[in-house]
Amino acid sequence: MVPTNYYVILSAILFGLGVFAFIFKRNIITIFMSIELMLNAVNLAFVAFSQALGKLDGQVFVLFVIVVAAAEAAVGLGIIILIARNRQTLNVERVDLLKL
Amino acid sequence: MGREMTASLVVFFVLAALAVIGALSLIIQKHPIHSALSLIVVMVALAGLYLLMGAEFVAAVQIIVYGGAIMVLFVFVIMLLNAGVEEHTSISKMAGAPGLLLVVALAGFVSASIARSAASVQTASQSGTMSSTKEISGMIFKDFVYPFELTSFLILIAILGATVLAQREKS
Amino acid sequence: MNSFLAANAELLITIVKIALLLFVVLTVNAYLTWFERKVVAHIQSRWGPHRVGPHGLLQPLADGVKFLFKEDPTPAGVDKFVYFLAPLLALSLALTSIALIPFGPDPIHLFGHDIYLGIAPPDVNIGILALFAITAMGVYGVALAGWSSNNKYSLFGGLRSSAQMVSYELALTMSVVGVLLMAGSFNLKDIINAQAPLPGHPDRGILGWNVWPQILGFFCFFVAAIAETNRVPFDLPEAEQELVGGFHTEYASFKFAMFFIAEYTSMITVSCLCTIMFFGGWLSPFPASWTFTHYLPSAILIPFGLWVIWDGIRYETIFGRVILPGVGTAIAALGAVFVFLPGVNDFIQGPFWLLSKILVFLFVYVWMRGTLPRFRYDQLMSFGWKLLLPVSIVNVILTSFAILAKLQWGGK
Repeated sequence: MVPTNYYVILSAILFGLGVFAFIFKRNIITIFMSIELMLNAVNLAFVAFSQALGKLDGQVFVLFVIVVAAAEAAVGLGIIILIARNRQTLNVERVDLLKL
Repeated sequence: MGREMTASLVVFFVLAALAVIGALSLIIQKHPIHSALSLIVVMVALAGLYLLMGAEFVAAVQIIVYGGAIMVLFVFVIMLLNAGVEEHTSISKMAGAPGLLLVVALAGFVSASIARSAASVQTASQSGTMSSTKEISGMIFKDFVYPFELTSFLILIAILGATVLAQREKS
Repeated sequence: MNSFLAANAELLITIVKIALLLFVVLTVNAYLTWFERKVVAHIQSRWGPHRVGPHGLLQPLADGVKFLFKEDPTPAGVDKFVYFLAPLLALSLALTSIALIPFGPDPIHLFGHDIYLGIAPPDVNIGILALFAITAMGVYGVALAGWSSNNKYSLFGGLRSSAQMVSYELALTMSVVGVLLMAGSFNLKDIINAQAPLPGHPDRGILGWNVWPQILGFFCFFVAAIAETNRVPFDLPEAEQELVGGFHTEYASFKFAMFFIAEYTSMITVSCLCTIMFFGGWLSPFPASWTFTHYLPSAILIPFGLWVIWDGIRYETIFGRVILPGVGTAIAALGAVFVFLPGVNDFIQGPFWLLSKILVFLFVYVWMRGTLPRFRYDQLMSFGWKLLLPVSIVNVILTSFAILAKLQWGGK
């Protein structure tokens, strides 16, 4: 069997890559996708611990995380479409009207 | 490696490599549609890992909802907005260095804390007997019924919000 | 060598099954195109293909050769990776869904191993959910094809088509929930067994099938499945713009063939699902006590074979006069084999009924193509969201109430 810490280390690596993508990329949609990557990494950790402890709570929580991610994606993409319509750019550095 | 290469270990490494390659490809690719395709690869690899752990219902829901609905939404928006190749300015390149540092620190911290924990938690799951859909649905509708109803409200609010946001101004 | 075979026997059996099933599915696809052209032609009072072989039976072969030898240009400015990925994705997902379908209840006992008919083992706990997962991923083939073609009309055709598929997917999955509630499991074998004769009702036969209590669910499922596979009357995204675009315009010979095969294969998968969930799968419609109905396969095959021989002898071309009697003899011999070998006859009952029901559904699909006009796109979307989804949700509510009522008051 695969020990649990292998799964958690993989989850940490994926989460770290998600954070890097969030900081480094400039396209709004790619930044949003890195958020989804981070959520997926966390889901992996949840399921790994659920299997290690032998209880199903982790898997039920993963289902809730997936549902919340779906709702967030819907609203977030709506906002992205509005930004693209109003500012005619998808580069997150150009959307800086509130900057001092 | 202190243990022999069983079949499940080989499958784990293949799927884990696929997930990490997908995540790296998300960062490296210049066009958002290629990043979206890489993210789909990551999600399918994670669904495979869930299957390996015996969580079959969660694996199926991951592919149906995440891979078949949320990522389709992303791909639609990328196509509709005609997102092009993104350019990197000097600021983003400067942000790359602390970003890399942060990643290494984060991943290293978690790995170190796990490696130092008492015993590497050996899994002893009977895959399938515990993760049956019946048990999960029993938990959702008995122990977690309040969060379940709240998430259905949340989805309703999200639908309303997205519809309002996407309307054109009546000028 | 023998020990290697013995150790990896399961793997080798699975590989052989995959190769065999792939061959069978692709041949059935090819002859499904022949069947469709013939039936639509006869509906429209014309002949259909009848020159290429006896009764046009070699037409699929000619089409295959054409697809192989036609020029396969790649338009300028396409995103090469996604352009090549889209048909590959569509075809592989469509063929993968066939692997989850069980074709018969009993295994063949060979070399000491039980070989089940169907690639996936019969105890996949999430059978139908996995099938829906594969169908859900099928949207990408269409969307990516439309986008990568570097063509405005392909883009809009692809977007419309994938929006249609995503909308009808909801109604598709909701309409099946009633069946799942009645069967209590996602496993396809359990769903069929829930429609089988019970100890209290040994002669249920056709009355035990799920279509009678779940008639709303069947209606929703069948209509949503037609929209999901982009067939008439829901094929506006690939037909109206056929004059200008549609998501597979910029795809030439072999890649277009891949989309084509993917569409027909998903048609076959949906017909399999319909029979398994609503029409009893491999169960016979006759009561179990009528054992003389076990001779029905032979009773159909032998006269059919004799008719093919009689028709072949009087056929116009010499080629037909040789081939058709040969085919007819083979069919009649198969029927005779079933009469004389009762073990084989018992084994063949399940697959025979499953295949005949699938054939009936495929005929209904083709019949609709020849008869019905197309939906306009806005009519299509409002039909999916405003009619099918509410009806399937009402079906779930009614089924839950019925099951609850049976538990409360009917269990005495």
